Amino acid sequence: MVALAVASQWEEAHPGQSASRIQVEHVSHGFDAPSGERLEVLEDVSLDIALGEFVALLGPSGCGKSTLLRLVAGLEPADSGVLAQDGAPITRPDPSRIVVFQDPTLFPWRTVWDNVALGLEAQGILKKGKGHVDEALKKVGLDGFARAYPHQLSGGMAQRAALARALVNNPKLLILDEPLGKLDSLTRLEMQGELLSLWQKNGFSVLLVTHDIEEALFLAQRVILFSPRPARIVSEISVDRPYPRHRGDAALANLRHTVLNHLGLGKSW
Amino acid sequence: MSATATLLSREETLLEPPEISAPHLVEKPAVKTNPTMLPATAFEEKKGGGFFGLAAVAAWSLLGGLTLGLPDKVVGFFESWPYTHEFGVGALVFAAIWLALTLVASLSALPRPLARVVQAFRHSVPWLIVLALILAAWEVLTAKTLILEPPFFAPPSSIFDAYVNDYPRLLDSAFNSLKLLFEGILWGATVGFLVGVAIGWSKRANYWIHPILRLIGPLPPTALLPIAFVFFATSHAASVFLIALATGFPVAILSWSGVASVNKAYYDVARTLGASELFLIFRVAIPAALPQVFVGLFMGLGASFVVLIVAEMMGVKSGLGWYLEWAKGYADYIKMYSTLIVMTLIFSGLISLLFAVRDRVLVWQKGTVKW
Repeated sequence: MVALAVASQWEEAHPGQSASRIQVEHVSHGFDAPSGERLEVLEDVSLDIALGEFVALLGPSGCGKSTLLRLVAGLEPADSGVLAQDGAPITRPDPSRIVVFQDPTLFPWRTVWDNVALGLEAQGILKKGKGHVDEALKKVGLDGFARAYPHQLSGGMAQRAALARALVNNPKLLILDEPLGKLDSLTRLEMQGELLSLWQKNGFSVLLVTHDIEEALFLAQRVILFSPRPARIVSEISVDRPYPRHRGDAALANLRHTVLNHLGLGKSW
Repeated sequence: MSATATLLSREETLLEPPEISAPHLVEKPAVKTNPTMLPATAFEEKKGGGFFGLAAVAAWSLLGGLTLGLPDKVVGFFESWPYTHEFGVGALVFAAIWLALTLVASLSALPRPLARVVQAFRHSVPWLIVLALILAAWEVLTAKTLILEPPFFAPPSSIFDAYVNDYPRLLDSAFNSLKLLFEGILWGATVGFLVGVAIGWSKRANYWIHPILRLIGPLPPTALLPIAFVFFATSHAASVFLIALATGFPVAILSWSGVASVNKAYYDVARTLGASELFLIFRVAIPAALPQVFVGLFMGLGASFVVLIVAEMMGVKSGLGWYLEWAKGYADYIKMYSTLIVMTLIFSGLISLLFAVRDRVLVWQKGTVKW
């Protein structure tokens, strides 16, 4: 439903929120391996993220999902194919598309507050935006730790700070590269819920890379399955379940079975 | 309904201070909320502290007693050892101070500033005892028995001779040394830092500067002394150049390695947040490289001391190195000991200053943060 809405209608329907449509068309990409060979990582990948849509990319580790994220973020140009944000080609990084990496990569020499303020400072709009920093910290529950240094935070808190650092820029697309991958399982479940509520409140589109099937099905509206390297899209699964979802939902369990089949792991069911 | 309910409860749990996740943060206020009295741990070793305090009193009384009580042996052109009496009295005064502190330390509650002094005293007591014993042995072996013979050896009391009788010249020398040193270090550290950041950041700068650095860097600047004195208009300028060279090399190398080893993910993060190239250099590369830069400064400082003293001994007409040479001309070994002590204090003080600055700048790096 949301996927079909056009931009103006979408904004009318979601006051105060902003999102982007991302188009990836026939993108192929590779690297020069140290041995001198060409290493193909992505092979003719096409996908379309609707305004405000939550899409998860699922596939074996090392298949090239993270490379796709770097291309969408604009950190690298694609070898061939087109990437576009709201119709305009993606050529360079932009604060409207923010990446949250697996490591929080907070700058250790900055306090939590200064880390969250990084984007506004880099764009030269920190003076007006101090309130936004406080707000973002509050959103992720770190307002009591504004003056702490990153080494004093636990893994979950550090990742929350990284989320706040992304949110303060009002991104239209949040690119999540296994952001919960290094957290312990309890913190992980808790943060999945937080991620969902942030998405519902802010309305941005989300592109999530994960290799946790349950996580992908619990969070995303659409799950895209990748083959081993070079990554091709194997299948697409629409998760048509309302939020809040329940981990014990039988429909999710069935989808999980489907995903495992697609990944060649059906026998383990 | 149930959706908002779960969201709300989630937020509430978030706002509670996490107890397990950040133990050091939660513990911190406990130390802070005690403004007037030191924590009880400061008085843990009360009895032992009192006992050793009296031992320090005894040791310094012994030093004073020996110095004043035993007659000086005098040899050659010395009529008597200078300042023996003052030295002995000074030792007794210190003994009295230690006694007072020992008595104060036995009181049960102390106002904060005094408690700090007592704590420092308690910490220093073993060293104070050893120091008095060393000074006493030194005084006995030289002035009282002449087992260590003049003019090469002098009693500790006579060290004060230069400080009392030649202080204008000594002060002037120390001042000139510091001036020369600061000038050289300022140039060396600045240029070294800029060069290091440049070759760490830019491939082209690396291509042109790196080979030069590799060739000239390992050359001891002192080897360039004779030539530098010819090339530069003044010996002062030559010395500044050589001190700068000595400081600049390690600073450049470590700034370079600091910038080159910055986690590349930091740049990715900053770029997606909208950072310009200048932002990447000044707000990412340089702060991330600072810990290494300080190592370079520490090494550079050590190298600069060597060059300073050698340059002053060889050509510069003032400074502590020159004062050493000048005292040597008169075979005045006592003055040389006095100068060495001044040098020790100055150089050690400069290194301590550097570390104090580092602790302030790199406060984020330390295990425990003071604020």
